[in-house]
Amino acid sequence: MSNSHDTYFIPAPSSWPVVGSLALFIAFCGGAVALNGFEYGSHILLLGFVVIAQMFFFWFKDVIVESLKGVYNNQVDISFRWGMAWFIFSEVMFFAAFFGALFYARIYSVPWLGGAGTGAATNEFLWPAFDYTWPLLATPDMTVEGIASKFTAIKDVIPAFGIPAINTVILLSSGATVTFAHWSLKKNRRAGLCWWLFATVALGFLFVGLQAAEYVHAYKDLGLTLNSGIYGSTFFMLTGFHGFHVTMGAIMLTVILLRSIQGHFNKERHFAFEAVAWYWHFVDVVWLGLFIFVYWL
Amino acid sequence: MSDAVTHEHHHDAHDHKPTGMGRWLFSTNHKDIGTMYLVFALIMFFVGGAMALVVRAELFQPGLQYVDPQFFNSMTTMHALIMIFGVVMPAGVGLANWMVPMMIGAPDMALPRMNNMSFWILPFAFAMLLGTFFMEGGAPAGGWTMYPPLITQLGDGFPFLIFTVHFLGISSIMGAINIIATVFNMRAPGMGFMQLPLFVWTWIITAFLLIASMPVLAGAVTMLLTDKYFGTSFFIAAGGGDPVMFQHIFWFFGHPEVYILILPAFGIVSQIIPTFARKPLFGYVSMVYATAAIAFLSFFVWAHHMFTVGMPLAGELFFMYATMSIAVPTGVKIFNWIATMWRGAMTFETPMLFALAFVFLFSIGGFSGLMLGITPADFQYHDTYFVVAHFHYVLVTGAIFALMAGAYFWLPKWTGHMYDEKLGKIHFWISVISVNVLFFPQHFVGLAGMPRRIPDYSVQFTEWNMISSVGGFVFGLSQLLFLWVVIKCVRGGREATEEVWEGARGLEWTLPSPPPFHTFTTPPQVDEAVAHS
Amino acid sequence: MLYRNMKHFWSGLLSLLFLFGATVARAEYGLNMTEGVTPLSRNIYDLHMTIFYICCAIAVVVFGVMFWSIIRHRKSRGVVAAQFHHNTTAEVLWTAVPMLILILMAIPATKSLILIESTGDADMTIKITGYQWRWHYEYIEEEFGFFSSLAPESNAARQLKSGIDPNEIENYLLEVDNPVVVPVGQKIRFMTTAADVIHSWWVPALGWKRDSIPGFINESWAIIEEEGTYRGQCAELCGRDHAFMPIVLKAVSEDEYYDWVGEMMVLTMDAEAGADRDWTLDELLEKGEKVYSTFCVACHQVDGQGIPGAFKPLVGSPITTGPVEDHISTVMNGVPGTAMAAFGSQLTDVDLAAVITYERNAWGNKSGDVVQPSAITSIR
Ligand code: HEA
Ligand code: HEA
Ligand code: HEC
Ligand code: CUA
Ligand SMILES: [Cu+2]
Repeated sequence: MSNSHDTYFIPAPSSWPVVGSLALFIAFCGGAVALNGFEYGSHILLLGFVVIAQMFFFWFKDVIVESLKGVYNNQVDISFRWGMAWFIFSEVMFFAAFFGALFYARIYSVPWLGGAGTGAATNEFLWPAFDYTWPLLATPDMTVEGIASKFTAIKDVIPAFGIPAINTVILLSSGATVTFAHWSLKKNRRAGLCWWLFATVALGFLFVGLQAAEYVHAYKDLGLTLNSGIYGSTFFMLTGFHGFHVTMGAIMLTVILLRSIQGHFNKERHFAFEAVAWYWHFVDVVWLGLFIFVYWL
Repeated sequence: MSDAVTHEHHHDAHDHKPTGMGRWLFSTNHKDIGTMYLVFALIMFFVGGAMALVVRAELFQPGLQYVDPQFFNSMTTMHALIMIFGVVMPAGVGLANWMVPMMIGAPDMALPRMNNMSFWILPFAFAMLLGTFFMEGGAPAGGWTMYPPLITQLGDGFPFLIFTVHFLGISSIMGAINIIATVFNMRAPGMGFMQLPLFVWTWIITAFLLIASMPVLAGAVTMLLTDKYFGTSFFIAAGGGDPVMFQHIFWFFGHPEVYILILPAFGIVSQIIPTFARKPLFGYVSMVYATAAIAFLSFFVWAHHMFTVGMPLAGELFFMYATMSIAVPTGVKIFNWIATMWRGAMTFETPMLFALAFVFLFSIGGFSGLMLGITPADFQYHDTYFVVAHFHYVLVTGAIFALMAGAYFWLPKWTGHMYDEKLGKIHFWISVISVNVLFFPQHFVGLAGMPRRIPDYSVQFTEWNMISSVGGFVFGLSQLLFLWVVIKCVRGGREATEEVWEGARGLEWTLPSPPPFHTFTTPPQVDEAVAHS
Repeated sequence: MLYRNMKHFWSGLLSLLFLFGATVARAEYGLNMTEGVTPLSRNIYDLHMTIFYICCAIAVVVFGVMFWSIIRHRKSRGVVAAQFHHNTTAEVLWTAVPMLILILMAIPATKSLILIESTGDADMTIKITGYQWRWHYEYIEEEFGFFSSLAPESNAARQLKSGIDPNEIENYLLEVDNPVVVPVGQKIRFMTTAADVIHSWWVPALGWKRDSIPGFINESWAIIEEEGTYRGQCAELCGRDHAFMPIVLKAVSEDEYYDWVGEMMVLTMDAEAGADRDWTLDELLEKGEKVYSTFCVACHQVDGQGIPGAFKPLVGSPITTGPVEDHISTVMNGVPGTAMAAFGSQLTDVDLAAVITYERNAWGNKSGDVVQPSAITSIR
């Protein structure tokens, strides 16, 4: 690739990477001792998060300053692109693990427990009263006489064509608005950029809000919780991690919005914007998968 | 910015290195970071090795002499976690850091700050992992494979184990992203993909494997965490989950992981054999495709680790055939190496000795792997010492031997001094003999019925275990010799030329030994002759 | 002890020297897989030997070429390196030939596998449940079952620094208190499952191992052709005492088998009897000590002190000295998320009453409480 690099850029030594490692260490240790029941564990965790946040802030500040000074060339830009693209791919694989769990439960483990395929003896001898259904409203141990189930029973699940469908529309439109923002940027229409970005951020937070309301409803009214067997487990872990990613994406978009308001980015160079937009589309696509496989089918 | 190394004002002549602690803590230099990775791996090799020696000491004779069974299980588990995540992977990344930019004519890695973070996570992560030894319930003792429900019985160490895995995953993914960005974006003009040295190729493919598999492991351990603390039931049948589901997800990561460990080793050997045979690598193109094929296939064989869990017949057949098929591209690599030697003019310096031992002993491990892949036979082999023998052949005489070969091969380039050839050869011969005394008998006890992960065994296995333990201690102690050779070489020795080895070809050998702090501040023009030999 | 072992060691070392000349199946040193005593095991053994010899043959050829090259093509012999770097014919050949060899191997392997998975038409069924750390066997048709644990002699010798030489113990670590007995010549269906963590039931002479997985049942089968005692072990790491849950399988003639079944049914009835009468403290203590040393001692230790950091002590613990109800419910329901299993389903009412009484009166615990089997029955 004999492309455009007549100069190379190597950043100066930086303290943020090692601070970042330390911060993660603090956060992980705090989380771990909190889970072990140490009363100040959550404080340590919080401290870790604070350090992580300031690390990100200063690290990105360095990058932004360098970028604004114009020391980056095309090559650095491309490196960042490769980095972001493969980071997103790694996130895709993270979700793949949970989708895998969902499919495994639906196609194999729950039917086996219900006596399908190689599960005939399993059902006959261990869970004789258990039938396969999806959504799995009653866990296998609820069908056994004389033992108390470890799980909460589900009264009902959230139908696809209620708030989830609305959320789909919201998220898809936010994908569109962020693209409009990009077009505005490329045409150097700053106001358009800021307004479309603002719309995207608003839609993002709206999504998160509706999702949170759904969670409250699920916990309070439906008995659908993390603790209601494999349906609740896959439901909340998939939608929960997705919701977390939406929140992160929305925060990143907010940062981009603030920077846009300050006049950062120009029509050729705006990698940070694009990176966040890619991330947003990724979150969008994951949601489509969720909508189809978790809520709908 | 003044510290940006640019064409206009480059200062190779007076290499300006940062000094003091800051040079290492805040480094953005691929060579320094590479060095830190390698030193870290070497230290952890002794820590993980010392744990293996506890295992071998306890297994010297039947009866429990030294440790409680629970502690023994911790030793086995931690030994494996350290060797895999703390030794072989960091050493591989360390070599990549040092060599990839020099091989492709780049000034550094594409994302130097992230590079530093990838490294600095490691000491923190292992501090967390090793800290579990001092916690209530002790260190993880459920095997490195962390199968539930057993692993959830671990005490206070449990969340630390899970978060360590997350932490290491972050490090590996960042490292892999960096390598991909570097190779795709930083190659010198004229360096096409089919001119890349094989070590670079194997690392690109390894990086893809890492990015695709580490997040899956992170997902799996996250589910363990929520099963234990947040009431989910991914791996609990009573809630509709399945303990075997964890094994599927784990091995979807785990099998690609073993190729993550071995592919860079293939790369190293592919650099060394042509050099000392003074002959171009045979079948360059097929080497690249074979590596890619191995990586691709590695995502479809995972369940060969779980033939005994009771899968449907169709699944067992599928995974058996897929597993067997990996022998074909791996065979292609072996044959290419031998064809490279054929009618060359070979000399046998220490790197070459290790590389040759690699080809021979890795193949033995590959053959036993193939036998394990035959499902009905695996019903007998599974979870016995036959498996232990298999994976130590591919890991110790495979990955570790290749890393040793690479270290000897590149030490003169890194330090500017030749290592002590005589000591190197002594190290090789003691190692290669003792490692076989250590692991070959494990095939026998395994076939004869000795399960793995046991601190005590019935008396008919005594002899072979004794021999194995003696081999283990000799092998372990002989690694102190390696340490000595490295230290001696860093401190001084005959000066190395630029080319170092008579048959050496490639950009890295055109640089001075040691190379300046910043190399290739201007992109070199690569012509056909300098590219892969 | 060490001396004896050193003797083994030197003889082992010697045999290593002769290894490459020796035949593979030197039985006394256990170099190879057992042929076993079932059609499946022989089938698998043959498959194992076939693939082993094929690998050896490939190895001879490949390493032969490699060493030939190492010996002949060395610079010190004055050779000049050739410069060729590919040869399409060779490359196609060494891709195609291994494929053919693999197909050759896959054919018998596929046949064996289909045979192994044919679990239908069994004459009898045994349900095997793995516990930390013992096996439970249930004879489905005859409706009785029992636990099988490591034999006491081995158990004593295997304690850390016990000072007992394992070589002095017959079948060290491979002996149990209650072996599982089966008839020869019948197709037996084995169903494996587990109560706590994953175990794996493995008797090499039958040719396979099968994981026993909590909440699921796996099926396998065997027709044992020769009478004899066959030994095996748990083959999946299941915690601290994974090495100490052996399997002893006795294959006997059908007559002997039915005699044994008769005895077992009587024993089972005896065990269930007495649940409705009142027991004296001494009776309960005597029985309780036995139950304790089979079921509880692995974790809570002989002196009731447990193992710090892993297993709670029972001496002076709030449970063993507190209200009886809590004690009963802890033992019957276990402590979820820890190694403390729910023993309610494993033990009879008498056993539970006995062990709880024992724990409340042993070591320093001097409550004098007597827990009657009827108290357990009423809670169930
Ligand atoms: C570097 C690491 C590494 C590598 C490269 C391999 C390579 C292979 N492994 Fe191994 N394996 C492990 C590390 C590795 N393994 C580990 C760590 C475990 C245990 C994990 C645990 O449980 O803790 C394991 C376990 C393991 C099992 C599970 C065993 C069990 O638990 O029951 C199986 C089963 O199929 C297997 C198969 C293979 C195969 C078929 C290959 C193939 O890639 C080998 C291919 C190579 C050759 C075949 C030799 C050269 C080829 C020729 C000369 C061509 C001609 C040959 C023929 C036609 C035969 N491995
Ligand atoms: C790359 C990976 C790797 C490497 C290099 C090794 C290296 C070694 N391994 Fe390991 N091993 C595994 C990966 C590896 N292993 C895995 C994945 C498992 C499975 C774990 C599981 O079941 O979960 C395993 C399990 C395993 C077992 C089975 C344990 C059991 O089932 O209970 C045994 C037993 O012999 C063993 C032995 C050894 C030995 C003797 C070495 C030797 O090569 C080590 C060489 C020794 C040294 C290098 C030590 C040098 C130290 C000194 C000289 C002392 C000085 C001390 C200090 C300075 C502190 N290993
Ligand atoms: C596999 C190991 C294991 C076995 C076998 C075992 N226990 Fe336990 N037991 C534990 C553990 C671990 C705990 C601590 C649980 C906790 O953290 O609260 C415990 C706790 C207890 C307690 C409560 C002590 C307290 O103070 O909280 C009692 C009583 C008890 N066990 C009785 C028994 C009896 C009776 C048996 C045999 C029939 C038995 N245990 C067998 C592991 C075991
Ligand atoms: Cu039960 Cu191992
Ligand atoms: Cu594998």
